[in-house]
Amino acid sequence: MADAAAQPVSEKYEDIVARLARVVERLEGGGLSLEESIAAFEEGIRLARAGATKLEEAERKVEVLLEGDRTAPFSGQEK
Amino acid sequence: MPERLPPKPATSAGQFDLFGKRAGGPRIYSVSELTRELKAILEGRFPSILVKGEVSNLRAPSSGHLYFTLKDADACIDAVLFRTEARRLRFSVQNGLSLVARGRLAVYEPQGRYQLVCDTVEPLGAGALQVAFEQLKERLQKEGLFEAARNRRLPFLPRRIALVTSPSGAVVHDFLRVLHRRYPNLPVLIVPARVQGDGAAQEIARGIVRAAKQPRVDVVVVARGGGSLEDLWAFNEEVVARALCGCPVPTVSAVGHETDVTIADFCADVRAPTPTAAAELIARVKDELVAELAQRKARLGRAMRAQLERKRGQADKLRARVADPRRLIGDRKLRLDRARQRLEDLITGPLAARQQMLRALRDRLQAQHPRERLHRLEREVARLQERLGSLAARTLAARRHRYEGLTARLDALSPLKVLARGYAVAFDARGHALVQASQVQPGERVRVRLHEGELSAQVEETKKGSGDG
Repeated sequence: MADAAAQPVSEKYEDIVARLARVVERLEGGGLSLEESIAAFEEGIRLARAGATKLEEAERKVEVLLEGDRTAPFSGQEK
Repeated sequence: MPERLPPKPATSAGQFDLFGKRAGGPRIYSVSELTRELKAILEGRFPSILVKGEVSNLRAPSSGHLYFTLKDADACIDAVLFRTEARRLRFSVQNGLSLVARGRLAVYEPQGRYQLVCDTVEPLGAGALQVAFEQLKERLQKEGLFEAARNRRLPFLPRRIALVTSPSGAVVHDFLRVLHRRYPNLPVLIVPARVQGDGAAQEIARGIVRAAKQPRVDVVVVARGGGSLEDLWAFNEEVVARALCGCPVPTVSAVGHETDVTIADFCADVRAPTPTAAAELIARVKDELVAELAQRKARLGRAMRAQLERKRGQADKLRARVADPRRLIGDRKLRLDRARQRLEDLITGPLAARQQMLRALRDRLQAQHPRERLHRLEREVARLQERLGSLAARTLAARRHRYEGLTARLDALSPLKVLARGYAVAFDARGHALVQASQVQPGERVRVRLHEGELSAQVEETKKGSGDG
């Protein structure tokens, strides 16, 4: 299961949100050219999507670590 | 008071004579006898006692036994804690520590000393565990273990949470329940470890080390439910403290209840009062994150629309300003026109006046034109010519008439008339009429004029006339 880590975006969620916040602020600041605004907007949309993906991409898995660093699903019945 | 001895040394027998004289005197003990008796009395009398005092003169030789003196204000007693018992202590015996020792009194015959042989010692006042806790805490603190990089922030959104705890029991259940209520799809790896009893600390420490090595684990939680200080003791052990401090990913301690404080709490990056509190600290509420993201997205959209509005406004303004120059140009054109008009007026006004003046002058000049006079003169000339003509004609006619009369008269008189009568006139080459023969030389050519026509002749001979001079 270790290779479920092969995720599309390596960036951290909080970085994505922080960037999104910066983009929003830049856009709200209004000092951008039209082209820059459009680029910023597109980046913001892309970041918003990436953030939403991040929130969903984790797969709920509760496992228990066994000897030899193997894992098994956790049933709650362990001693 | 001892009895006074004689001034000079005497034989040993003599010495004891003093006592020997007293028949039925007290029993004489050998040192061994006495010591044995004391030992029997003391050890029999104090087989198990509690003694309190302050530790001083502590010695810990390589044997592992602990030797020290227990003292109070007025007295002291030697004490020993043998290795086996010493190793069981969770705290360390230190000089100055007030403690209660439980043990027996023992007499060491070879040295004639008595001492307290301790089964165990307990710190006075606080419990042993408490003291042990304080001591380890102080030691690790001095080592700087609690400060250096001990406050790493937890991942905002953990990828995988490792939970080092007992897999059975309420802790796991409570932790997962709260965690997944907040963030339903967070992965958790449970790293089993006994959390109580002998070897628990080692298992926990190993669990921390292993947990941090697992893929994607970015936070390690050590957790245990509530219990007595004794129950929680594993989390106060150095091995756990060092494992937490050495953990490459952020750590959370969640041991016992809110009021329980363990060494692990000082070593972890985050201290959670309880395991469920740990779940709350680690996992954000997913719905809130989703909402926040949506809100940011909406704000992005608003910002973009506002930006477009602004840009449009700017464009409009700019367009208005772009239109302006045309008006400006129009205005300037008008002004230019007016200026030109004025200039023209300035120029053409005087010019027109001058032209008018010029025209007047020309008219006047025209009036004075010689043509008129010439015409007049011409007419006069013509008239005069006419008069002259008719006058001339008349005069001419008269003259001709007269001329003809004269001619007739002349003709009548003309020598040439003579010629008609057969006379001739000779002329020399120069045209002179020959009246004397001497006028010419023979061979000369002469012209002979007849009444009608002429003769060209050559003189052959000249002859002098009578009349010639």
